[in-house]
Amino acid sequence: MAGPVLEMRSIVKTFPGVKALSDVTLTVRQGEVHAICGENGAGKSTLMKVLSGVHPHGSYEGEILFEGEVCRFRDIRASEEHGIVIIHQELALVPFLSIAENIFLGNEHASRGFINWNDTLRHATELLRRVGLDEHPETRVADIGVGKQQLVEIAKALSKKVKLLILDEPTAALNDEDSGKLLDLILQLKDQGITSIIISHKLNEIRRVADSVTIIRDGRSIETLDVKSEETTEDRIISGMVGRDLDNRFPDRTPHHPEEGAAPALEIRNWTVHHPIDQQRKVVDDVSIEVRRGEIVGIAGLMGAGRTELAMSVFGRTYGRYAGGTVLKDGEEIRTRTVAEAVAHGIAYVTEDRKHYGLNLIDTINRNISLTALSKVAKRGIVDEHEERQVAEGYRKSMNIKAPTVFEPVGKLSGGNQQKVVLSKWIFAGPDVLILDEPTRGIDVGAKYEIYTVIDQLAAQGKAVVFISSELPELLGMCDRIYTMAAGRLTGEVPRAEATQEVLMRQMTKDKEVTR
Amino acid sequence: MSTEVTKSPAAAPPGAGGSGGAAGENLLQLVIGGLRRNMRQYGMLLALGLIVAVFAVWTDGDLLLPRNVSNLVLQNSYVLILAIGMMLVIIAGHIDLSVGSVTAFVGAFAAVLTVEHGVSWPVAVVLCLLAGAAAGAAQGFFIAYLGIPSFIVTLAGMLIFRGFTEILLEGQTLGPFPDGLQKMGNGFLPEVGPHTNYHNLTLLLGLALIVFAVFQEVRDRRRQREFSLDVVPLNLFLLKLVSIVAAILVVTMLLASYKGAPIVLLILGALVVGYGYVMRNSVFGRHIYAIGGNLPAAKLSGVKDKKVTFFVFLNMGALAALAGLAIAARLNAASPKAGLNYELEAIASSFIGGASMSGGVGTVLGAIIGGLVLGVLNNGMNLLSVGTDWQQVIKGLALLAAVGFDVWNKRKSGS
Repeated sequence: MAGPVLEMRSIVKTFPGVKALSDVTLTVRQGEVHAICGENGAGKSTLMKVLSGVHPHGSYEGEILFEGEVCRFRDIRASEEHGIVIIHQELALVPFLSIAENIFLGNEHASRGFINWNDTLRHATELLRRVGLDEHPETRVADIGVGKQQLVEIAKALSKKVKLLILDEPTAALNDEDSGKLLDLILQLKDQGITSIIISHKLNEIRRVADSVTIIRDGRSIETLDVKSEETTEDRIISGMVGRDLDNRFPDRTPHHPEEGAAPALEIRNWTVHHPIDQQRKVVDDVSIEVRRGEIVGIAGLMGAGRTELAMSVFGRTYGRYAGGTVLKDGEEIRTRTVAEAVAHGIAYVTEDRKHYGLNLIDTINRNISLTALSKVAKRGIVDEHEERQVAEGYRKSMNIKAPTVFEPVGKLSGGNQQKVVLSKWIFAGPDVLILDEPTRGIDVGAKYEIYTVIDQLAAQGKAVVFISSELPELLGMCDRIYTMAAGRLTGEVPRAEATQEVLMRQMTKDKEVTR
Repeated sequence: MSTEVTKSPAAAPPGAGGSGGAAGENLLQLVIGGLRRNMRQYGMLLALGLIVAVFAVWTDGDLLLPRNVSNLVLQNSYVLILAIGMMLVIIAGHIDLSVGSVTAFVGAFAAVLTVEHGVSWPVAVVLCLLAGAAAGAAQGFFIAYLGIPSFIVTLAGMLIFRGFTEILLEGQTLGPFPDGLQKMGNGFLPEVGPHTNYHNLTLLLGLALIVFAVFQEVRDRRRQREFSLDVVPLNLFLLKLVSIVAAILVVTMLLASYKGAPIVLLILGALVVGYGYVMRNSVFGRHIYAIGGNLPAAKLSGVKDKKVTFFVFLNMGALAALAGLAIAARLNAASPKAGLNYELEAIASSFIGGASMSGGVGTVLGAIIGGLVLGVLNNGMNLLSVGTDWQQVIKGLALLAAVGFDVWNKRKSGS
């Protein structure tokens, strides 16, 4: 293989009060796909920000060599001039501008301040062909899906004559199909001689596209492994990330045997929901499921299967237009037309998007935890702050939320700790049924284990848990039964004993094949 | 109200209390540490202190003469009342441009009722407050339930209520008001008891306030212990008590050595304490912060966001009515041009006092501090006979500087 194109030597980066990177060395060879992995907060993104000039030269210690040259980037522009382009997790596209305008934003084909549209469109078409995006360059970015937007970002990078492409969790928001396309594209670009660095949580992706992987833990580079080697298994990478061998990624749990006769804690019958805007479209189509006390029931499905839509429409009709179906709690029909009604009936929904739908990021831990059940710490409409604080302190300790006090703004916590706050909030509401939507999305392996343990305890206490997840291993590891959904329909129900990834995947894709 | 201002370190939350405990640390370090951690909270208070000090020097102490302090309160009461309501609106993530017009409208309504129709003043006051609340509720309905942006609705309200004011007054100025109503704008507590050199009732009131504040603080500390929570170290706690007592004493003595406490100050004081408590400790207050901080998350937590928004605007209307009564009573006339630009002063007060454009942040106390910064600037520059032209320039710069400092400070502690 070729020599190194990039060397980052002994990088140290300190923020006021925190050492984000204490000693990172990274060597990327010419023309390879290099994965970086590590727990959230390990310093991956900070490292990439140092590389791309977001944190300018002088604000960190250590040395960066790109193509054998020592680099001192003042800002992103400087790094881009050298051909280093970063694509952030949150896409940086302007929704109401066209694809072409976005590609050349800040870099317009213009003479004397006026844009040359012919040139722009021609060049954009060429770039879109290169990334395999079949859209007209004048289409508005808002009108294409997230997967395609990601491709526009890459086209934008290509327009800048990229030599080293950095992708920060590029598939986090994509479905499997789009993820697959994106990963193929990365391999294609590799053939064209473009080196990539990919930050990812998804080990199977790393195995698929990467040549080597560097593991970062607590601001240090731990090791660089050759992905193509036999010894680099997923467990090997995970043990590097967490610093210990993970014999078991899930807590041991005794599968639940539902009592005969007792009515299920929650039963949803013939639930149908229409899309909020496109009202002809059924997003959830005649779905019936049930969950008993002490049971963890999974719902598996691909992106767009209608899992979140099912949960949210049941939970206070917070999604779509209701078009039929009933909800039963302990055998009796209940009304869940508003969130308050659903909560009063002992139903909790823990959202998949904690930042937008779960937490008030600018407010403190204690106020976030108490919000849903304020009346529990209030008398006649007046909150007892001391009691509230005591409650929050209790959750901080029992859930192991890493923060000095409960007065810390939630926005300053890491993803895993934020998730623990969301869970605390809903546990404090005292529900009988918890619907957990992707409760471990975007959080690191150690925190995942803690969350699994909490879920297990909830079931052991006799709560009914609905566990929605896109990660099949975690459903297999945690659930007593797993429902599968596809295109808004229920396509199967698999007991723990029979469940394997293959079985589930077959059910999750069943409907799609039929409709095609 | 100034008493409340200095109470801020006391009411100030968490940061200071939470991490105390190391008895070995010396007092100064604790105080500085607490200040640094709550820069947002104390920054404006320090700025206010600085502005007061500077003007006190420039005016050779005239600024702090008992008569002037009394005047300052009377002159700014209306902005402070509006700023309280505006702070709630801004925390909820909205804006209200109509308050200036609503104050004028209510003033006119009061004049029509009492002067033209001879309605007794207590009845008129109640009717005016209801009218203001109705004006606020109407706008709140469009904003909360029909989802029209508050900027648009209240911009319309600004025009509509200004128009109604002129219709009611037929373009004329109407007055004078009955005595009882006048008292509300520029009256003082009555003189009772033996002749001392001070105003007796005001002294008593100050004393009662001190007892109440100390009692509250001690009780709070005991409750924290009961819930086995960390408490502020004893020496810091005592320092806090001493500063509260000192602040109340200073203001009390200043007011008592002139005509006593103005009535409007008592109203304002009650509003500050009441609204401060509601925003900090009531479920309703929490819900306002929640919808301003993250609306979708609040909805999914079962907060009735529409109802909360509606009541925030209804409340703003009622407070605008109160301000309208106060200003009309003080000027002893209702004029079609009353309340011009008041909305801007109230909004500026809120932002100087630490509100955020995106909502979810701010305190009632902050709004008062912001209002006082503007008020002292006004008053001080008047004493120095600075023209209104330059006054506006300077107030504009003060707003820019305050918010600029806030942004800079946030960036420094953040990222």
